[in-house]
Amino acid sequence: MPGVCRTTNDVSRMNDVTARPEVVAARGIKVTFGAVKALDGADLVIHAGECVGLVGHNGAGKSTIVNVINGGLTPHAGDISYGGNVGQHGISAARANGVRCVFQELSLCPNLIVNENARIMHAELAGWNWRAKALALVERQLREIFPGHGIDCDSTVDDLSIAERQMVEIAISFAGLHDRPKLVILDEPTSSLDAGLAAQLMAYIRRFVGEGGSVLLISHILGEILSTSDRIVVMKDGRVVADRPASEFSTRTLVEAMGNVVREKEWLRSSDKRGGTAALSMPARRGHGLPFEAHRGEMIGLAGLGGHGQTEMLLDLYLSRNGNWWPARKGEIAFVAGDRSLNGTFPLWSILNNLSIASLGNLSSRSIVDQGRETSLGDGWKKRIEIRTPDMENRILSLSGGNQQKVLFARALATTAGIVLMDDPMRGVDVGTKQEVYEILRSEAANGRTFIWYSTEMDEIRLCDRVYVFREGSIVAELVGNEITEQNVLAASFSGGEAA
Amino acid sequence: MKISSGTIRLIIPAASLALLLAAVFYMQPRAMSYTGLNLLFNLAVPIALATVAQMLIMAVNDLDLSMGTFVSFCACVAATFLQSSPAIGVLILLGAIAAYAAIGVVIHIRELPSIVVTLGMSFVWGGLAVLILPSPGGEAPGWTRWLMTSRPPFVPMAIVASVVIAVVTHFLIMRSSVGVLIRGVGGNVRSVERAGWSVIRIRAGTYALAGFFAVLSGIALVGLTTSADANIALRYTLLSIAGVILGGGEFVGGKVSPIGAVIGALTLTLAGSFLSFMRISPDWQIGAQGAILIVVLALRLFLNRLEKREKSR
Repeated sequence: MPGVCRTTNDVSRMNDVTARPEVVAARGIKVTFGAVKALDGADLVIHAGECVGLVGHNGAGKSTIVNVINGGLTPHAGDISYGGNVGQHGISAARANGVRCVFQELSLCPNLIVNENARIMHAELAGWNWRAKALALVERQLREIFPGHGIDCDSTVDDLSIAERQMVEIAISFAGLHDRPKLVILDEPTSSLDAGLAAQLMAYIRRFVGEGGSVLLISHILGEILSTSDRIVVMKDGRVVADRPASEFSTRTLVEAMGNVVREKEWLRSSDKRGGTAALSMPARRGHGLPFEAHRGEMIGLAGLGGHGQTEMLLDLYLSRNGNWWPARKGEIAFVAGDRSLNGTFPLWSILNNLSIASLGNLSSRSIVDQGRETSLGDGWKKRIEIRTPDMENRILSLSGGNQQKVLFARALATTAGIVLMDDPMRGVDVGTKQEVYEILRSEAANGRTFIWYSTEMDEIRLCDRVYVFREGSIVAELVGNEITEQNVLAASFSGGEAA
Repeated sequence: MKISSGTIRLIIPAASLALLLAAVFYMQPRAMSYTGLNLLFNLAVPIALATVAQMLIMAVNDLDLSMGTFVSFCACVAATFLQSSPAIGVLILLGAIAAYAAIGVVIHIRELPSIVVTLGMSFVWGGLAVLILPSPGGEAPGWTRWLMTSRPPFVPMAIVASVVIAVVTHFLIMRSSVGVLIRGVGGNVRSVERAGWSVIRIRAGTYALAGFFAVLSGIALVGLTTSADANIALRYTLLSIAGVILGGGEFVGGKVSPIGAVIGALTLTLAGSFLSFMRISPDWQIGAQGAILIVVLALRLFLNRLEKREKSR
């Protein structure tokens, strides 16, 4: 029923912020994709001058409601108003009302220069000298959000690192030539930023909000949400299940509201598995730092700030056991990619095909794939890691991001490989899914598999038996067992003073 | 100053053109003259225009397999209607451009592969060309003849025309905001869409612009050959694709270079003459032309790798 606001005890509490004018109000929104109810009567109201944190599982409907607010998706029921005016909808209407969005997957044009990307986002950059205007606009905004960023705005987006692209995209979205945006939606804005840049962004969000702007912040890093937002909205199964001031939440209550059981239990670290010959080893990188060594059944973390050579290390490890030109006959090493769309999924293939591709050799007899065995492999993994789909024959893109990532895990774990390399695979995956995957990794490690895990999240690093900390392309510290603490990792990654 | 990746992409085509030219001059010093240069590059003008048209289509991640037959069709119209009754000729050519825009719309709305649609259209254009001009003939309009054979002082027409095409399209595609949108669609359609632009309009406009350059190509071709034939430009389909790639463009991702495309077209034309000067029998020429293409592309891959290694350091 359009126009009717569903009220529960949690929803629409009155406080001083709600007295301010509404920037966007979505009420009773319902969206269905086929049989899946993506949104089932969700309400989201954002007022001027507040930062709203939006949390929830993957598939809880966060991205869907964002797409409804920014006009990309028309709801099947419910109404949406911008600045109190009902009746306009669509991407142009949302933009005209000052709604901007930074999406989870980077959405710049990689072939264009930074200022040309600004031109695409800001149609008002017209006139013969739009290039100069766009350049000034982006540079000013970048300086404001990320002081000392060091990004060359004359370069093509292709030539920037992932973190730099994210910074540019954020800057372009916050910039305004004539009038500044009223609402900026940030969907996992810090997924590729290291701690220092993330802190700069959070500080800027507070300034922006203080000046009367609004921000909708979506993040899986609950610390960010708790420290930055004024109000936190928790979504579950396409509905809003909690909507309270941020001060009333703690990490624990937030996770509980999302429907997760908090597991505070520390992992019992298995006894030291070092001994005997290494399953995988590599001399010190670039002639300095420590050498790398991995033993059977170990879980090894690669830590440090993002982009300090961890991914390169993983690739080198992979190539040390597998030819660059000709694949090794016996797959003893598997790789879980971090950038799903770049080198993870086959977007046109079914979930099953995406899962079984790495183990086709074992599934086929006389070079013909045994479809029965393939299906049973898929069903087994579907149950084991709970891939949320009615049919494994559906396209992989029909899954939410976290479930796609599960399929990529299953692809690696279904092989007979003894070593699994993981390139920050949990980017943008919700807490519940993470816990499930951790459990599986633990049991696989107990069975003698070796995991080498690059992660940007401290919680994951703490799960490892042994951690190598990277700085500027080489290993600068090795932490074992109880030495693995946030302080020690941070100390090692920053110990070079200005190095970060 | 740091050299941008776009400039690096232009180095290889420019260097290979210079190298080929030096080789031709070394073997045949008499080519180093006004007439010699004009003869060498004369046929490059329509190829350059067709290459620019193909480049536009490739800028939005599509591929046009009807380029050759469409240029042939335009040449046939230019040699008949445009000569005898200019008004009808202009109308037909405008209609052809509108048809190109419509093809763009159909490809976008129905999410069809452009290769399939344009392959189908190539038979339509080919058939229309045969209907208009069943046997080779017709006559070039006086003004195209005059334009293509005019002799400006110091620099031959072929060079002047190539430079003009390169400069105009560079400003249109690389500098103007329209060009930014076209390349943006190639780079990331969703981001253009989310910024509130109508991608369907951009695509239609791009196709229409490509059609316009292809029409110019047909007219220029007739101006050079004085008469037309339904099969006059069939090889332009592959020549134009090769020209774009040779000039540093890529099949997907909106990475194109108009200056590179013109240079690529010149290189391809020159490669033919070079092989004749080498006295390689025509039987082997196509193969040798392919070998030149492979060498240049291998060089480019090598340079890309160097650049990547430099970046990761």
